[in-house]
Amino acid sequence: MDKLTTVEGKAYPFGMKNVDTDIIIPSHWLKTISRNGMGKGAFEVLRKEPGNVFDDPAYAGSPILIAGDNFGCGSSREHAAWALDDLGIRVVIAPSFSDIFSSNAFKNGILTVVLPQQAIDRLMEVAQGPAGTPDEIHVDLEQQTVTTRFQDRFSFDIDPFRKHCLMGGLDEIGLTLGDADGIGVYEAKMAQDRPWTIPVVA
Amino acid sequence: MVKLRTLYEKIWDAHVVERRPDGTCLIYIDRHLVHEVTSPQAFEGLRLAGRTVRRPDLTLAVPDHNLPTTPRRDADGNRIPIADPESAQQLAALERNAPEFGIRLIGDADVEQGIVHVVGPEQGFTLPGTTLVCGDSHTSSHGALGALAFGIGTSEVEHVLATQTLLLKQSKTMEVVVEGELGFGVTPKDVALAICGHIGTAGGTGYVMEYRGSVFRDMSIEGRLTVANMSIEAGARSGLFAPDETTFAYLKGRPMAPKGADWDAAVAWWRTLATDEGAVFDKTVVIDAADIVPTVTWGTSPEDVVAVTGVVPNPDSFEDASKRAAAQKSLDYMGLTAGQKLADVAIEHVFIGSCTNSRIEDLRAAAALLDGRHIASGIKHAMVVPGSGLVKRQAEAEGLDRIFTQAGFEWREPGCSACLGMNPDKVPSGERCASTSNRNFMGRQGPGARTHLVSPAMAAAAAITGRLTDVRELLKKEEGMAL
Repeated sequence: MDKLTTVEGKAYPFGMKNVDTDIIIPSHWLKTISRNGMGKGAFEVLRKEPGNVFDDPAYAGSPILIAGDNFGCGSSREHAAWALDDLGIRVVIAPSFSDIFSSNAFKNGILTVVLPQQAIDRLMEVAQGPAGTPDEIHVDLEQQTVTTRFQDRFSFDIDPFRKHCLMGGLDEIGLTLGDADGIGVYEAKMAQDRPWTIPVVA
Repeated sequence: MVKLRTLYEKIWDAHVVERRPDGTCLIYIDRHLVHEVTSPQAFEGLRLAGRTVRRPDLTLAVPDHNLPTTPRRDADGNRIPIADPESAQQLAALERNAPEFGIRLIGDADVEQGIVHVVGPEQGFTLPGTTLVCGDSHTSSHGALGALAFGIGTSEVEHVLATQTLLLKQSKTMEVVVEGELGFGVTPKDVALAICGHIGTAGGTGYVMEYRGSVFRDMSIEGRLTVANMSIEAGARSGLFAPDETTFAYLKGRPMAPKGADWDAAVAWWRTLATDEGAVFDKTVVIDAADIVPTVTWGTSPEDVVAVTGVVPNPDSFEDASKRAAAQKSLDYMGLTAGQKLADVAIEHVFIGSCTNSRIEDLRAAAALLDGRHIASGIKHAMVVPGSGLVKRQAEAEGLDRIFTQAGFEWREPGCSACLGMNPDKVPSGERCASTSNRNFMGRQGPGARTHLVSPAMAAAAAITGRLTDVRELLKKEEGMAL
C-alpha cells in the first residue's frame, strides 16, 4: 500500500448523508476477480444525474471527497474502497463512517477523517470555492489537521496504529505474521481448553 | 472483585491473542465462511505473497451471491453453464481456490449449498461463543446462536486466511431490550424493522448489540437469525443473543457441531457466557413489544419504516434538514407521494428469500397464507428462493413447494437471488417489489427497482391482494390461524 503523509488538492463537495456502498459501487461491478478498474462504476447511479460533482470538470481528479453522516453504510464490499482508490481519492472527510467501510478504506491506504458537521459545512464551501472556483484543502496526517488557505484549521483523531500503518505504507498481514508465535501459543491453549472448537468433519 | 461482563466482553476476552498498549487486540477467529464474490482477490493476494491458509479446517467455502437460482444440473447430471461469463468466472475461481488452499467447498449442486448465513447455522459450523467472520455484512446473522460474528472486507478476508486473526479495537456495548408479547400477526422481521426505525441506520455504529428481554428469549432460532441479520442495518457490525436451551436444542446433532463428551464440555462453557447480572452496557434501547406492528418500508433506507396501516410520511415532518432532503429524494425514487396510504400501494413483484427470511419457518409462514389462494392478476412475478438445499428439501417434504407453485409462485434453487441485483434475479426499473430481504437501497434489487421490505407473511399477503397489505386482514378470516 502507498504511504500517505499529506494530501493537498481539490475536493468533491459531495455532502450526501447515509451513502451506502451499493451507491458507491453497484453490485453488478462486483462480478470481477480483480481489484482494478472499478472507478468507472463509482457512483454510477448518481452520475446519471446532470450536474453531479463527479462529472463536473471543475473537480476532476480531486484526491479528497467530502461526504455526510454515516458514509459507507450497508454492504461490506471492499470494492467501494477500490472504486474510490481508482478514482484517485486518498481522503474521505465526513461526520461519521460505517465501521466496515472505514476499515476497508484504511486497508487500501485511504484516510477517513471524522470532523463535526460544522467543519464539513465549511469545507464544502471551500471545496465549492468562495469565489466560484474550487479551492484546495490540505490534509496532514502527521499533524492530524485539515487546513485551508483561509486560515481554517480542523484537528482530527485517528487510531495510532492506523496512522502508523498509513504513514509507513505497511503490510498488515506481514506485521501480524511477525506474531505467529503468539498465535501458535493461543492455538495450543485452545486445543487444551476448548478442543470442541475445531469443526467436526462431516 | 470480579468485573461483571457482558456476553460480548466474555467472548472478546476469550479470543485475545495479544493486547497492544494502545488497546488494539489481535483477536483469534474460530470460523471463516468464504463465498465467491469477496474472496477471489484475497486468494490472489495470498498467491502473490507466497502465503498459505493457516487453518483451512476452520474455513468453509460456499458459493451463493452470484449463482443463478435456476437448475444447475441437467437430467444427466451435467453442469448447466452460467450464462454470464463474469459470474461463471467467479464461481470457477472459488472452485479452484478452495482445493488449492485445502478448504472444504460445498459445491453449487450439493444439497447442503445455500446462502452462507443459512448454511453456517444449519451445518453446526456456527457455534456459541466462537468468533465468526465472512466477507459479507450480514454475517451478523450468526449472533443469533451467540457467536461474535461480523462482516469484513476482502483485505481482512486475506488477513484471516493467512493468520486466523484480526486486529481489532473493542466495540462499545448496546442492549436492545424488547419486553412483553408480540401482537397478532407480528413477526421477528417486524421486530427487526422496528429496531432499525427506532435506532436509525447509523445508531449502532461502533457498538455490538445484545438482544435482551422476553420477546427475544421466547423467539425461535430462526426468528433470532432474522433479527441478528439486520443488526447491520442499524449500523451495528454484530448483534448477539445469549446462548440458551433453545440454542442448544437447535445445534445438537448438527453435522459439524461437537459430539459426545465434546458436546457436554461445549454446553458447559456456553452456559457461562450470558451477561452477568449487573453488568453495564454503554447504551440501552428499550422498545415495548406492544408498540411493534406489521411493518413496511416506504423509502430507500431500512430506517424508513412505517406501520402497514399508516401513510407515506411528509418529508417536511422531519426535523433534520438533510433528512428532509433525503426523504424527498427517496419518495421521488420510490414513486410515492406524502400522505398516500401504504395499503393502497400496488406491487408487481414478490420476493421471498435472502439470508434474512429464507428458512423453513419463513416459508411455512408464507405458505400458510397462500394455501388455497392465488397471486393477484397485477403480480408480474412472484418467487420463492429457499435459503439452502436442505431448506428446499424440507419444504418439499412438507408440500410447501406445491402450495407456492399452485399459488402462482416460482420455486427456485437456493442462493442470494433478488436480494442484491447481482445474479439474473432482478426487479425491473420503476417496478415495485414486496421483498423479505434486508435492504431497500436505491438500485439494490436492480437499477431503478423499488423495494418494500416486509416479513414473509406480509410478502405472501401482498402477493394475494396485489398491494401492500396488513397480514392481519387475511389472517382474521381463518379462525385460530397464527404465524
